Amino acid sequence: MTPFLVSDKWYDIRDLGNLSRAILEAADRILPFGVVYVLAAVLGFVASFLLFVLPSQLFVGVYGERRIIGRMQSRLGPNRVGPFGLLQPIADAIKLIQKEALTPTQADRAVMYVAPIIFVMPAVLLWAVIPFGENMVIADIPVSLLYFLAVSSLPVIATFMAGWSANNKYSLFGAMRIVSMAISYESPLVLALLGAVVVTGTISLSGMVAWADEFNIWMAFVQPLALVIYFICVSAELNRTPVDIAEAESEIVAGYLTEYSGMKWGLFYGMDIGYALAASGFAVTVFLGGWTFFGLEQWVPGWLIFIAKTHLFYFLFIWTRGTLPRLRADQLMAFAWKFLLPLGVFNLLIVSTERMLWAEQDYAKGLIYLFALINIVLSGALVYAWARFNGYRPERTPTRPRLVKQVGGYIPIEERP
Amino acid sequence: MEGFGPSLAFWVLSALTLIAAGGVMVSRNLLHAVLFLILTFVGVAGFFVLLSADFIAMAQVIIYVGAIAVLVLFAILLTPRSGRDNGETRWALPGILLAVCLAAIFLFVVHDTAWDTVGDAPAGLDARALGTALLTTWVVPFEIASVLLTAALVGAIMLTRSPEEEAEDALV
Amino acid sequence: MTPGIEHFLTVGALLFCLGLAISLSKRNAIGVLMGVELMLNAVNLTLITFSRFAASPNPVSGHTFVVFILTVAAAEAAVALALAVAVYRNRETIDVDRLNLLRS
Repeated sequence: MTPFLVSDKWYDIRDLGNLSRAILEAADRILPFGVVYVLAAVLGFVASFLLFVLPSQLFVGVYGERRIIGRMQSRLGPNRVGPFGLLQPIADAIKLIQKEALTPTQADRAVMYVAPIIFVMPAVLLWAVIPFGENMVIADIPVSLLYFLAVSSLPVIATFMAGWSANNKYSLFGAMRIVSMAISYESPLVLALLGAVVVTGTISLSGMVAWADEFNIWMAFVQPLALVIYFICVSAELNRTPVDIAEAESEIVAGYLTEYSGMKWGLFYGMDIGYALAASGFAVTVFLGGWTFFGLEQWVPGWLIFIAKTHLFYFLFIWTRGTLPRLRADQLMAFAWKFLLPLGVFNLLIVSTERMLWAEQDYAKGLIYLFALINIVLSGALVYAWARFNGYRPERTPTRPRLVKQVGGYIPIEERP
Repeated sequence: MEGFGPSLAFWVLSALTLIAAGGVMVSRNLLHAVLFLILTFVGVAGFFVLLSADFIAMAQVIIYVGAIAVLVLFAILLTPRSGRDNGETRWALPGILLAVCLAAIFLFVVHDTAWDTVGDAPAGLDARALGTALLTTWVVPFEIASVLLTAALVGAIMLTRSPEEEAEDALV
Repeated sequence: MTPGIEHFLTVGALLFCLGLAISLSKRNAIGVLMGVELMLNAVNLTLITFSRFAASPNPVSGHTFVVFILTVAAAEAAVALALAVAVYRNRETIDVDRLNLLRS
C-alpha cells in the first residue's frame, strides 16, 4: 500500500518502525555481528511491553476497570490514592510485594513457585506478533495467527499447575474446571478464526491488516458471527468474570488461586489483565482492521489508532463483567458444545461458499460488501434459528409483577403437579 | 545452517529436550512426568522452528501442549490413587537394555552413513505449499485422517460412558 | 560446531530410545502412553530433518507425513486415555502388571 504523504524517514512518527530501523541500522555499523538481533528484541520488548502493555495493564486494567465497574454498580471505586485515585495500582503492587508469600506444608513447592512464572511468560510472548503499525511488529512471521493460538494455549498448563500443586480441594476443582473449559472452548475459537482466515487467505496478522486496508472493510462486518464467537470463547478461556467458573468465589473459594498470596497471586492477577489486553489486541488486528482506520492512519499515527481500538475492545470485557451474572459450569460446557460449535461450523460453511463464488468471479472487489450484508443478516437468522431449534425461547419482559412460582421458582412440594 | 545463533539454539534445545525427556523417565510423580513431557514437546517445537518448519511447530504446540497434554492431565485426575505413581514394572531392566541397544544401532547408522544433504532450506516449505500438497497430492489420506478423527471421537465418548448413562439410554 | 543432519538425527534417535524405554518400563498405563507420545515426537523430528536437509524433488512430503502423524497421535491419545479411564472404572487400577485377568 502507498499511503498519502508517505515517508520512510526516521522522524516520521506515524510509524515508529522507521525510527527503530534507523537505530538498528546505526547500531549494526558500530556493534559486532549478531548483537543487533539482541538489541532489536530488547527494543521491541521495551517499546511494546514496557511502554504500552504494562501501563495499560496498570491504569486501564486495574484502575480503569475498578472505576468503571464501580460506576456500573453505583459506587465510587478507588479514589483516595493520588489524584482521582490514579496511584491505586501502584499502592496495590507495594502492598502485594510486602505480603508474605505463603506456601502450605503439604504443597508441591517447586511446582507452586514455577506456576506464576510460566503464567507470565506467554503473556509477554503474545505481543511479539501483534502489529502496532506497518513496520511496528517485533516478529513478522508468516504463521503469526497460529503462533498466537499456540502461545495462548500455554497458560492453561500454568493455571493447572497452580491449582494442583496447592494440594487444596478447591484449588483442584478450579484447575479441573479451567482445563475442561480450555478444551471445550478451543474448538469454536479456532473455527471462528478459520472463517477469517478463509476470507483473507492468509494466516499472517500483518496480511490480515493489509487485507482490511485494501478492501476498506473490517472483518467484523464480513464475519460478525465469528467475532461474537471469538469474544465469548476468549472470555471463557481467560476466566473473565461472567464465565470465570474456575475462580468463582461464590462456589469454590477462589479456585486455583485459593492458596496463593503476595506477589505470586499478584502475578496471576496482573497477567489475567495482560492476557485480556492481548486478546483485545488480537481481536482488533483480525476483526477490526488493526492499525488502520479507513484512511485516518495517514494523518494520525497508526499505533495510536491501534492502542485506542484495543482499549475500546477491552471495555467490552469490562462491560460484560459489570453487567452479566455468572453462569454455571455445566451451562457453559453445554453452551460451547451445543451452541457455539455448530454455529462455528455453519459460519465456516457459509464463508467457504462465498469464498468459492468470490474466487470465480472477476468483479470481486465490490462483491465483498454484498457478502458483508448477507453475512450480517444470515448471522442473526442463524443464531435465532439455532436457539429456537434447541428450544430456547426469548423471555418476555413481564409488564406486571409475577409470583415466584410463575417464573419457574420454588414451588412447595404439596403444590407440585 | 550457518552462524552462531542457530548453533547455540540447537545445543540449548537438545539439552532441554533430552533432559526433559529424561525427567519423564526418572520422576516419581506422574504429574511431574507430564510437566516434563510438556517441556519436551515445546523443545521439539523449537527444533521444528530451527528446521524452518514454522507451521508444523505451531501445530505441534497447539496439538501436543494444548490438547494431548491436557487430555493426559485429565486422565490422571480421573484415575485417582493409581494415577499418581510413576513406578517401573518388573520388565524395566530388559526394556531399558533394549532401548540402549537400539540407541547404539541408531547412532552407528546415523554417523556411518554419507548423507546427501543440501545446505539451504529448500523452497516451498511454507504453510501455503503444505496446504496445496495436502489437498491435491495427499487428498485421499487427508480424508481418511478426518474419518479416523471422527471414529476416535465417537469411540472415546462411547468408552467413557458410565454404566448409569448406558442404562438410561437403553430405556429410551 | 554447526549442527548438520547427523546432529538432528542423533537427537531424534535418543528421544525415540528414551520414549521406548519409558513405554517398556512404566507400570502406569498413562506413563506407557507418554512414552509412545515421545516416540511419535522423535519420528516427527526425524521426518522434518530429512525434509529440510535431504536433496529431494518434493520437500513438502515430509511435512505432510508429520501432519498425518499429528492427527493419528491426537486420535490415539483420545482413545487410549478413554480406555485407561474405562479400565480404571472396572478394575480400580491402571497398573499394566495387574491387568492380567486373561492369564491362565
